[in-house]
Amino acid sequence: MSELLIKNGFVFDPLQGIKGDRMDIGIKDGKIVETSALENPKTIDAAGMTVMAGGVDIHSHVVGPKVNVGRLFRPEDKLFKSPHKSPTCSRMEMGSSVPSTFKTGYDYARMGYVFVNEAAMPPLHSPHVHEEIRDTPIIDNAAMPVFGNNWFTLEYLKNNEIENNAAYTAWLLQATRGFGIKVVNPGGSEAWGWGLNCVHIHDPVPYFDITPARIITGLIETNEHLGLPHSMHLHCNNLGNPGNYTDTLESLRLAEGYTPKNNFGREQVMHVTHLQFHAYGGDSWGNVESRSKDIMDYVNAHDNITVDMGQVTLDETTTMTADGPFEHHLRALNNLKWANVDVELETAAGVVPYIYSPKVKVCTIQWAVGLELALFSKDLMRTFITTDHPNAGPFTRYPQVITWLMSRAARDETMKTFKWLDRTIESTSIDSIDRELDLYEIAQMTRAGPAKALGISDMYGGLAPGMDADIAVYPLNPEDMPSDPAAIEKAFSRCAWLVKDGIVTVRDGEVVSEPAKRTIWVDVKVPENAQVQRDIYEHFLRHYSVKLDNYSLFEEHLHNPRVIEVNAAQ
Amino acid sequence: MSKKVENVGCPYCGVCCDDLVVTVSDDGKKILEVENACAIGNQIFHHATGGERVRLPRLRQPDGTYKDISYDEAIDYAANVLYKAKKPLIYGFGSTNCEGMAAAAKVAEKAGAVLDNCASICHGSSFLAIFDNGYPSCTLGETKNRADVIVYWGANPAHAHPRHMSRYSIFPRGFFTGKGHKSRKIIVVDPRHTDTAQVADIYLQVQQGHDYELFDAFRAVVRGHEIPDVVAGIRREQIVEVADILKKARFGTIFYGMGLCHSDGRNHNVDIAISLTRDLNDFTKWTIMAMRGHYNITGPGAVWSWQYGYPYCLDLTKRDIAHMNPGETSSIDLAMRDEVDAFINIGTDAGAHFPIDAVKHLRKHPWITIDPNICMASEISDLHIPVGIVGVEVPGIVYRMDNVPIQYRKVIDPPEGVISDEEVFERIHKRLCELEAEEVAKEPVKAAPEGVRVGE
Repeated sequence: MSELLIKNGFVFDPLQGIKGDRMDIGIKDGKIVETSALENPKTIDAAGMTVMAGGVDIHSHVVGPKVNVGRLFRPEDKLFKSPHKSPTCSRMEMGSSVPSTFKTGYDYARMGYVFVNEAAMPPLHSPHVHEEIRDTPIIDNAAMPVFGNNWFTLEYLKNNEIENNAAYTAWLLQATRGFGIKVVNPGGSEAWGWGLNCVHIHDPVPYFDITPARIITGLIETNEHLGLPHSMHLHCNNLGNPGNYTDTLESLRLAEGYTPKNNFGREQVMHVTHLQFHAYGGDSWGNVESRSKDIMDYVNAHDNITVDMGQVTLDETTTMTADGPFEHHLRALNNLKWANVDVELETAAGVVPYIYSPKVKVCTIQWAVGLELALFSKDLMRTFITTDHPNAGPFTRYPQVITWLMSRAARDETMKTFKWLDRTIESTSIDSIDRELDLYEIAQMTRAGPAKALGISDMYGGLAPGMDADIAVYPLNPEDMPSDPAAIEKAFSRCAWLVKDGIVTVRDGEVVSEPAKRTIWVDVKVPENAQVQRDIYEHFLRHYSVKLDNYSLFEEHLHNPRVIEVNAAQ
Repeated sequence: MSKKVENVGCPYCGVCCDDLVVTVSDDGKKILEVENACAIGNQIFHHATGGERVRLPRLRQPDGTYKDISYDEAIDYAANVLYKAKKPLIYGFGSTNCEGMAAAAKVAEKAGAVLDNCASICHGSSFLAIFDNGYPSCTLGETKNRADVIVYWGANPAHAHPRHMSRYSIFPRGFFTGKGHKSRKIIVVDPRHTDTAQVADIYLQVQQGHDYELFDAFRAVVRGHEIPDVVAGIRREQIVEVADILKKARFGTIFYGMGLCHSDGRNHNVDIAISLTRDLNDFTKWTIMAMRGHYNITGPGAVWSWQYGYPYCLDLTKRDIAHMNPGETSSIDLAMRDEVDAFINIGTDAGAHFPIDAVKHLRKHPWITIDPNICMASEISDLHIPVGIVGVEVPGIVYRMDNVPIQYRKVIDPPEGVISDEEVFERIHKRLCELEAEEVAKEPVKAAPEGVRVGE
């Protein structure tokens, strides 16, 4: 296989602590190697450019049923908003806030990303998720099945049967070829089966009579019992409401006393996602205010927690979440069209279009809250860039988010467009923050940190020999950073080079090849558990609408798998 | 020894029963018995090995007869037709798997074709309503486990979806519905007293074509407004009584059929049905679901939405951007305006379903039918390419009416030499690429950038 040498770039690799040193990176047979191991490499001249590992997205809704509902029911998301097909890509690219699978793969690659973790897979729909993964080019995908409202999980945890819940979890990861434990509005989406919700973490779930708090701790215990690569990944209760920061703090406190147990270098027991939506003070939309300081003070002081931003990008977008009751609530706020899919025994989902406008005070406060979270963070290896794509904005706006974080001037520029600038400044701290992040910190937030939190930092997110040769080169000179923030955004939108698995995939911002992508899943060995086997059999016999033998993903529907094996059988 | 294959999915209707047990003869060549299927599903399996099948593609001759040709020749013919056509139409897909739909999309994109599915003449009006108003729905197991009120509106599952009522809605005992039928109220709204109406607790004989008004009346009552003495042929007292049942339900599902989306009002009927569902969610839990017809007619809507963002009526003729505008890019309208200069009928029977004038226009141009069986379309085609029957001879993923993917199995081998829809389209795609390359070789254009078209 071919050899490559990326010469003379400024290398940022937080996993090795490399901070912009001028270095050469060697690539052989799809892996990073010492440059001395190369015989006759092709050379990529990266002089005056920034070299990072391929980007890793810890939380993005890119494949699966609710994403596809978002595509299907919004033709207006395509009209006049889709680019014409690139002559160098094999397929058309349609859509904007919810792009087609092809556009998703191409756009991530253009931004220098190589790994995207689908944030919520309804287990019943796993064949659909894997079909879409097949049609998403270039980027490697994992998908997390949702557990927080699953009847098996609720029953086991109510009875404190962690071992049984672990055996069920291992079975479900296998059945769906899933990656880790996702929890969305624990208990609340089950309550939504009756049109209800669990707003606070001590509200009992109807019939199942367990609290969201216990679901969260039980799933942390399950996760550490199994020793999975990633931690329990939580979307907290009471998303998006004024005053919810107290509920968020209560949820964060649930991680106290738990320590990670795994062989993957992961150091957290709880990943709290799209924190921006969970950091509001006040008690109404009239007096909503930022509480990001309170939240980040807690996160900074507790290193068994990681978070991602969920940054509002001030775009028209499509919200979609397994938090069914929230979407119903949102539909009453903006009165736009509303799709809902409750999934038997497992979860729910809702989809509502949403316009984050710089003319609306709440939206601009949300914008400030997201940025504050990152700017208040003391450890950017535990604070990641996301937009909860497409909920707070499409992932294609990451370069803009990076620019806001790197440049006070860029933030000021955006704030000038706010209709309620004074009220926004009053209700947030954004105007008093001068911090500007550097490229090393951006590399922490977009590759090294997420890879470590996902437990895959032996393959992704770094540039050490032996790791996958996934390398992004950005046309940015750290010794001569552009004074115009727009230039930073442009550089991160279209990388100069992306090498994926040792293959030149993007060049001058254009996709030039489409190397085979992978599906990453976690296979956990657990001791045989007759009770769980019987429970599975019973529920499928009586309550599911599909047969047990047709539920588990057939091998032929899993595409180019890369399995991470975990032995929890001892 | 005969062999039993279990957990087999049924390639008939949108109910997608996946509990069939099929007994296959010793030599694996004959289907002997089909358990659990309805009469129609049963017939599909028996038909596969019960009589003569078309085993080779057939090409129309100048004298009007068909002549057997090889698959290679058929693929070449089809690719050339697509390559030469300015605006070919590829239509159908109700009865094939998603793998076939994805492969067909690749062909359509390469050929610059219009890509459409049977929703165009069926639940397409539902899509229009969904574009405007959303779709508060659920999976069928939710209905089974929770629903205490069921509404069938303009649908007759007793005939069209024979096991729908017993598997999901009226009769099954679910987790919170242990008493089955006894714990549920069944409301049927239909201008005809159908066999489904026979099992209703309340039957509302809506005046034909006045569904919209009746929905409107329900919405008014649910929101606490007055209504006239009679609306759409139904007395006020009965409307108030039913509205009260809807509001007091723990969990309800409205199943609606073509009676709604293809009677006067069409998408507006569906739109207001969705609005009623939205309204009811302010009081309790309600969901709505289209009774999709064929077992995988939900499939193309799913596959093409993730590939292009549109569920049907996709105009890919510009080759670099997709465009959807039902009425402009829908199959019947294109055919009626004689805008199509080649036609591929796949996994359906446009010969039987299209208006005769549309068929006459399409028939002026090359017409290719890809179907396992002899049907009206195959008999008026220029080329008929036989394929294996999905769910019987070809496995694959299909989407049930509630968008749940069901993995279908293969029970027996297709007749010797017969290939799948997916393979037909993959081979047409390959041939199209060759034709394109030949053209380029004749007239060299600027070289393609390095690394382009890996795997083509």
